[in-house]
Amino acid sequence: MVMMLWLLILIPLLAAPFAWLGQQWSRSAPRMIALGALSVDVLLALFLWNHGDSVQASGHGSWLVESHISWIPRWGISLHLGLDGLSLILIVLTAFIGVIATIASWTEIRSRVGLFHCNVLLALGGVIGVFLAIDLFLFFFFWELMLVPMYLLIVIWGHAQRRDASFKFFLFTQAGSLVLLVAIVALALLHQQATGRPSFDYADLIGLTLTNEMARWLMVAFLIGFLVKLPAPPFHTWLPDTYTEAPTGATIILAGILAKTGAYGLLRFTIPLFPEAMSEISPIVMGLGVVGILYAALLACAQTDIKRLVAYSSISHMGFILIGAFAGTELALQGVVMQMVAHGLSTGGLFLLAGTLEERYQTREMGHMGGLWSVMPRLATMTLFFACASLGLPGLANFVGEFLVLFGSYATQPFMIILASLGMVMAAIYSLGMMQRTFFGRQQDTRPVPDLSNVAFGTVLVIAVLQIWLGLYPRVVLTTAQPVMEQLVQATVASANLIHSRSESLLSSHIVTSQGTIP
Amino acid sequence: MILQDFIALSPILDLGIFSLVTMLAIAFGRHHARIAVFAFLSCLLTLATLPWAATVAPRAVTTLLVVDGHALLYMGLVLTATMVIIALSYRYLNFQFREKEGVEEYYLLLLLATFGALVITTAAHFVSFFLGFELLGLSLCSLIGYLRTRRHPLEAAVKYLLLSITASAILLFGLALLYFESGTMTFHDVGAIMKQAQSVPPLWLGGLILVLVGIALKLGLAPFHMWVPDVYQGAPTPITTYLATVSKAAVVALLLRFATEVGLFELPPVVHLFSLLAVVSMVTGNVLALLQENVKRLLAYSSIAHFGYVLVALLAGGPPAAEAVTFYVIVYCAMSLGAFGVVTVYSSEGGDKNLFEDYQGLFWTRPWLAAMLALSLLSLAGIPVTAGFIGKFYAIAAGVDAGLWWLVLTLIANSVVSLYYYLRLIVTLFTEVPEQAAAPQGQVEQSAPTVGWTTAFSLGFVASVILMLGVYPNPLMELIRNSVSNLLMVAVQQP
Repeated sequence: MVMMLWLLILIPLLAAPFAWLGQQWSRSAPRMIALGALSVDVLLALFLWNHGDSVQASGHGSWLVESHISWIPRWGISLHLGLDGLSLILIVLTAFIGVIATIASWTEIRSRVGLFHCNVLLALGGVIGVFLAIDLFLFFFFWELMLVPMYLLIVIWGHAQRRDASFKFFLFTQAGSLVLLVAIVALALLHQQATGRPSFDYADLIGLTLTNEMARWLMVAFLIGFLVKLPAPPFHTWLPDTYTEAPTGATIILAGILAKTGAYGLLRFTIPLFPEAMSEISPIVMGLGVVGILYAALLACAQTDIKRLVAYSSISHMGFILIGAFAGTELALQGVVMQMVAHGLSTGGLFLLAGTLEERYQTREMGHMGGLWSVMPRLATMTLFFACASLGLPGLANFVGEFLVLFGSYATQPFMIILASLGMVMAAIYSLGMMQRTFFGRQQDTRPVPDLSNVAFGTVLVIAVLQIWLGLYPRVVLTTAQPVMEQLVQATVASANLIHSRSESLLSSHIVTSQGTIP
Repeated sequence: MILQDFIALSPILDLGIFSLVTMLAIAFGRHHARIAVFAFLSCLLTLATLPWAATVAPRAVTTLLVVDGHALLYMGLVLTATMVIIALSYRYLNFQFREKEGVEEYYLLLLLATFGALVITTAAHFVSFFLGFELLGLSLCSLIGYLRTRRHPLEAAVKYLLLSITASAILLFGLALLYFESGTMTFHDVGAIMKQAQSVPPLWLGGLILVLVGIALKLGLAPFHMWVPDVYQGAPTPITTYLATVSKAAVVALLLRFATEVGLFELPPVVHLFSLLAVVSMVTGNVLALLQENVKRLLAYSSIAHFGYVLVALLAGGPPAAEAVTFYVIVYCAMSLGAFGVVTVYSSEGGDKNLFEDYQGLFWTRPWLAAMLALSLLSLAGIPVTAGFIGKFYAIAAGVDAGLWWLVLTLIANSVVSLYYYLRLIVTLFTEVPEQAAAPQGQVEQSAPTVGWTTAFSLGFVASVILMLGVYPNPLMELIRNSVSNLLMVAVQQP
């Protein structure tokens, strides 16, 4: 089992050079290698999922599987991996989105196929590492590892403005990361002051008692690091350019997975490490979430570029994650996990479809489209489906996520939640507006273009089926994430020292128990 | 002097003897390849004496030199870097001296410069300090102007000469003031007297600051950096590499020893001065590098910034600081060898290739060379998997440990700024030249020039060091830890 944790990371990383070399054999060899490696990863993760329950039942501690190898003893750094429900869900999502991204690039990427897939695999290996690492130094190592391949994907295969977009992406995320690094180092050194030896280990650091002021500063540093990646305003300006200019495959990875690493960082590190500071600052962060939802939705309504529209809608949806993560109730946290998965699937699908449109018409301007329903019915139907998913149609996974977040957070911040739910209305406006301008109305461009290919259609159908399945039967995700979320809530409730916040938490945990049977 | 002193001094003696033998060998017969191999072997054999010398370390040989773990570590670094530079120089000189007019003395000068560097790393006395400085400076000066028929190298040589003279004058004056106040010339005694003194006399402080300014001039810290870009650009590329690695590493070794023995950072004015130097260096270096179109100038400015980072670590004081500085310097040497090494190799194939446009699309024509450059640049930018990340981590850790929050934040802001120009160069490597796809220019370009095995081997070595230190830095950290504990154990028995 321990070996399998490493395999999850190593399979993509080791397959990467082969994908590059595979170019010499044939053009589709790198694609097949990437597809194969990622599929194996999906299967491996699903296998662990099946066995996870039994391991946990045998009382293995809070991690389903754990691996601990010494790395840099001088600094108390070790190769410490741990898998729990949250990371498991995200790893399955990562590998699956990776498969989708590979398929989406099948026809789009024609030059330097080998290098492209090499970078895709490296980036995904880094992401899986991020989800598994529970040594903060190792976490940061993977966190940065995924950056360079992503950068290369954008700068080599991107569209016309790729240079500027890639610079923005790299500088923003790197600036956030460095602030995070300082906070991580400071934590390790505080551990040294307290116990005499530095440690980057999650288990050691979580038990560290910090002065209020120190906790507040470190918390802010962690927040900056993760909010840039999420992204939440005011750190979001890199996103629309990057998503638009990146090749479709890279956009799918960026929107589907990389954004989730920010959310994961909030759940895994920020909240458990600084629970007290968190309860102080949570209204502000939730406010940021609301601003993100409304502001991005407003901007999405005004876009004429289809990829930019989806990009802004993506920021808007990430706002729900921010609200839920800081609401401090189990229900909202469950909603966050659900939203992460649902959003990964729906934006993955939407970007795949938008990318296909761009590939066919060589433009992203919706003004040049219109009336395409008759030209490409398959693509149009599927876009309609994902537009509905994105606007939160009941019965689809996004609805479950957003609803749980709103429901779970209402008790803490009723006013904000009312505002946030306006975001769902606006989602309907921009999603349907997009449908209207692209597929209905008068046809602008009468060139004959092929519809969605069979492979792409099949892929999108699979995503759609998953959306429906999770929408109707969210239990799969919710029960897996439940133990982790329970712990998280307990940690926050235990340390909420202010009287009024305690009473609120009690109230919300009461709601949780009464809703406990829903999933 | 007894046998053990000879053993302790064996690296320095060894290299000295080999320099003489090289000189004689050149006198007997000029042969480029033979002398190059000879110089390489000299360094290798000297390197081989280090473990032997380590058996008697730490040991003070006369009052002038101290051979301890710290000195030996830096000696190893200096010698290894010199070997890589010699390996890279051969093809470069072969190209530049097509008529073979007296190319062999280059290696002699290189050995002498390294000899000076070795003396500096062991110096514990004003005299040896100054002798080492001059030996290194004068040899380098002739090396910079070695391509004597060109305009730029000569200009650079004159600039470096002026700098060297100025630095020496300032340094000497500072040393004289220190001697005037304390009556002793060994670092150790100066430190001891200073600790006894109730208040620091102004002359003393003036002397210290002058010495530090002399060192800052050599290290190219802003605002004493004016010479750096011009000399880096004008010098033959292997010598630029030498300037960036060996010469700086030796000076840092000295600075560390001087600072610990004299107790430099217990004096608030010195700390303020150094904080200022650190901030100004980081900001100036990075801002001026932003819009450079010349790769060598860009790396020159980036080196100014990097030594600003080293100062941040140095200012932290105590064992973590010394560790961080040493680690950073070793890492910086590896990255510089990588980056300048690629420029050297690429320039050995058809004239100097210094401009950004020369590097456009290099990845598609010369993937290995470009990958090496990209790796070095990513390392300079401090991206994980490369050594530069661990170096930066170490520097930040030292700074945070000492509570130097403002300096650490400046460091971070600066690394973000620096990313911009490293990325600019990396993007250039990946940008296709428009006519590259359309029409291949001439048949010579088409058959990708083969890289000799020496070049391949030395660049491969540097790349593996960069990756190795980035992934598994623990052995080096332990080594440095031992050497630092050596350095801090000031009470080396005096003869």
